[in-house]
Formats: sequence, structure tokens, C-alpha cells
Amino acid sequence: MNLFVIFFATLFTHNIALTYFLGMCPFISVSRSIKTALGMGLAVVFVMTVTAAINWPIYYKILVPLEVEFLYYVLFIITIAALVQFVEMVTERFLPVLQVTLGVFLPLITVNCAILGVSLFMVLRKYSYLESVVFAFGSGVGWTIAIIAMSGIRSKLLFADIPEALKGPGITMIIASIMALAFMGFAGMVGI
Amino acid sequence: MELNYMIFITPVLVMVSIAAALAGLLAFADKYIASYGECKIVINKGKELIVEGGNALLSYLVDNKIFIPSACGGKGTCGYCKLKVLEGGGPLLPTETPYLTKQEVLHSVRLACQVKIKRDVELAIPEDLLAAEQFKSVIEKIEDLTHDIKRFVFKLSGSSKINFKAGQYVQFCIPDTTEFRAYSIASDPGTKDRVELMVRLVPGGLCSTYMHEALEVGDEACLTGPYGEFFLQENSKKDIICVGGGCGMAPIKSIINHLFATNAAQNITYFFGARQKKDLFYTEELERFEKKHKNFEFVPALSEPAKEDEWTGEVGFITQVMQKHLKYNKNQEAYLCGPPPMIDAAIGILTSKGININDIYYDKF
Repeated sequence: MNLFVIFFATLFTHNIALTYFLGMCPFISVSRSIKTALGMGLAVVFVMTVTAAINWPIYYKILVPLEVEFLYYVLFIITIAALVQFVEMVTERFLPVLQVTLGVFLPLITVNCAILGVSLFMVLRKYSYLESVVFAFGSGVGWTIAIIAMSGIRSKLLFADIPEALKGPGITMIIASIMALAFMGFAGMVGI
Repeated sequence: MELNYMIFITPVLVMVSIAAALAGLLAFADKYIASYGECKIVINKGKELIVEGGNALLSYLVDNKIFIPSACGGKGTCGYCKLKVLEGGGPLLPTETPYLTKQEVLHSVRLACQVKIKRDVELAIPEDLLAAEQFKSVIEKIEDLTHDIKRFVFKLSGSSKINFKAGQYVQFCIPDTTEFRAYSIASDPGTKDRVELMVRLVPGGLCSTYMHEALEVGDEACLTGPYGEFFLQENSKKDIICVGGGCGMAPIKSIINHLFATNAAQNITYFFGARQKKDLFYTEELERFEKKHKNFEFVPALSEPAKEDEWTGEVGFITQVMQKHLKYNKNQEAYLCGPPPMIDAAIGILTSKGININDIYYDKF
């Protein structure tokens, strides 16, 4: 399949946040300011791409030949968790600049469903290695676009008169659903 | 029927070997990447600690018996463990910014639980925090002061002694948790082997519920302290105004007891605000003080006296009573302890009575 089509689809028609509603916890809680949303987004792009790149060979080179594919749920979670820990230690030691922007967000996304979701989709849709990496990278970028758009809208909400019961997550969920409706307009442009 | 054991063994082997490989990777990283060798922590240009780097600054300080206040146990959610990291702290982290003012950021104030030690660091810690210690103690006495305030007396174990200034607080550690709560010391600084606290039962409060419901005489308890910038200015000879209602009486009682114990000559006025008569306590003792010491005046006031209280004293919010009672006098200082709205209102009245804002000391809780 055309890599560009996959990339475009992950951004718009199959956005991981707004079409599949995955990765909602940070999407709701870290979208208060554009700066932190961007930091979180970059961390998601990074971790998604790296974990998909590692999980693909684990699935196709170890699980499939040994006919133990059913282990992939458990194993994907373990590799994601271990990898995030490892990446955190490496950035902390060698990349202090990256540590300041990504550092605090990395542990937050260890158990994020969007990260696991991307690895599982990659298996379900039978992507090749390159396709998987592009799909994961695109999904991360798509998620980042969604959370930055959300934080932009939320920064306007600071001055809005919101009913007491809807303040915080309530109004954010409503906005997310309206954004999802808007993204439905892209449906049908490409298919994956 | 022949059973194919491989369908059990292969998944287990695959799981174990992949998990072991990852664990090995992490163990390797922990040993070679996350280790920072020996680092030196210099405190106030004097004391030096040599530590194995890689962990949070707060944990090293606690290991070395320097008890920086911390209510959340190092999770970065209370913002109490502030100290100045002059060198080697690395860049300010997004987890710290919500707790620091612009002024504090300029003066390199950091949260000790968030700063990781990766190289030699230089710290400035206020002397009174360095004086804080951990005390093991046994509960000697528990009594009801009002329907929701209890008085606890802790006898320090062995020959340990606590040196504190009247008005400071200690932290009570809730056993089997990492939670702390701060309570002002109500006893006189002259009594060094006992600590007296007044604890109001906060509905739904973790620590106050534990102390009210579970603690019994003879139980062991752990206290750290003393802490706090709110304390009696012993060298000042200015007349003193104290304001504190409910368990805000604790530090005020310590201050007043200390003043009498040192035969202070200045005039002392104590405004005690409560809602009804059932919220008043120590009234008789304070009235006895009033008779004994000519320079002491006790002014209790009820904001909503009940009919059966047969109250003949002052009525109204404590701030209204202060407005009526106080005379314009620049040569006074004030000690306030209580909820923030009460303190803000009281500061307004005190400054309108000529008191310099720098002579008003307060503890909001």
C-alpha cells in the first residue's frame, strides 16, 4: 500500500484520537496549554514509532514462527513499558534538552491505550515493516494535531462562562466529540 | 490420547525469554546509563554529603536526617519541599513550575523531590529547616477540648529534646503511609520533652480522622520538626495582639505561655473568635491569666451565640470586635492564625490601626 496514503489516513480519516477515541486520558488532562500539549504530542510520536518498530519484529519474527501469536497483547505491553523506561534513562543521561521537553511525559504514556492500539492495528491490518513504522509515526502526528487543536480551543475557554457541572473534563469531552464530528467530514477520502 | 506438551511450553518459554531480555536491558541501563557516580551535595557552603547519584535530592536529604517538609512523599503534588539549588540542579522541570512564583524561579528555588542528582550540587537551606529532626514519641494524653477539637500530648522517647520557637509547627506522620500533616505546637518552648497539639476533626480528613478515631494513649507516633516562619519575635518589645479561633489557638497558646514564662512586660491582647459557646475552650484558664497578669487581656467573641448560651460577652465576627476594641497605635505587632479569609480581613483592620504590615505575622491553614 502507498505509504503516503497511510500517512494521510492516520492524520485525517483514521485519526487515532478523534476517530478511534484512543489515548483519551492525556488528551483530556494535558490539553490545558499549547506548550504542554506539544510536549506530550512529541513524546507520543516518539514512543509510538519506536514501539511499533520493535513490536513488529517481535510479532513476525518470534511469535508467528513459534505459533504463539495470542501472546501479543501481553508482550506488546511489556515491551512498551520496558522500552519507555529505557528511553527515559537514555534521554536523562545523554539528551538533557530532550529530557526537559519530553521527560515528564514519557512515564505518563507507558500504559497509554493509543500506543498499544497502534501496535495492535499494525498486526490486524497486516502492514509490512515500513508501513507499520509510517503508520505509527503518522498516528502520533495525528494525535499531536488533535491535542494541539484541543488545547487551542481550551485556551479560549478560560474566559468562557461554562456551567459549573461541565467545567474541566466535561466541556472537553463535548468539544472532543464535536471535533470528531468535524473529522468525519474526511471519511471516505482514502481507505486503509 | 497423546498430549502435545509443546503448546504449553512454547508460550511460557517465549514469555520468559522476552521478559528476561527486557529485564536484562533495563538492568544494564540502570547500572551503566542511570548511574552518575559519586556526587557531592554542599549545603550552605559548609556541610558536605557524598552520595551515589541518580535519585531525587529529597531522598538523599531524608537519608541524611535533613527533614525538608513534604506532605506528598516526593510525588511533586504538595510543593512544600522548596529549597534553593544554587548550582548543578539542571533546568527547571514542567513538574515544578506550577508550584513556584516568578520571584522564586529567579532565586533558583526548586522542589527537592523533582531535582535529580547527576553532578555536584550546591544548596542553600534555611537554618531552621536544618534544625528539624525526627522524633519518636508516645502518646501520653488525649482529651476533648470541644465537640470537634482534641488535645494530644506526645512524650518524646528517651532523652530527646525538641528546640522550637513559640508558633512553629511539627509534622505528624501517619503510620504505614507516606502522608504527613502539619500541626502547630501548643506547648511552651520551655517544655522540651513533650509536644502538645490541637487537632480539629476535619470531615473526610485523612489525618485528623486517624488521630481522632484510631490513636490511643500509649501508641507510638513519629513527629518531624520544628518548621515554620511564623514564630514569636523574642527581641521585640512592642505590644502584642494575638488573633486565633478554633485550633488556631495552638500556636497562640504557645506564644502566650512563653511570654508569661519569660515575664514579658508588654501589653498582650488575645482575640478568640468562635461561633457558639460549645466552640470555646480554655476560657477559664485564660481568664485566670487575665486576673493574674495585668498586661493581658482576653477577648472571646461569638458570631452566632445560641439562646441557651446566655452569652454576655462580645458578639460578632472577630474582625468586627477587633475594629471596635483596638486603638490606633503604631507600636504594636500582631500574630494571626486561622483560615485565609479571616487573616486577610484581620490584616486590613490591623493596618488601619497603624500597625506596620511587616509587624503582622500570620499562619494561614
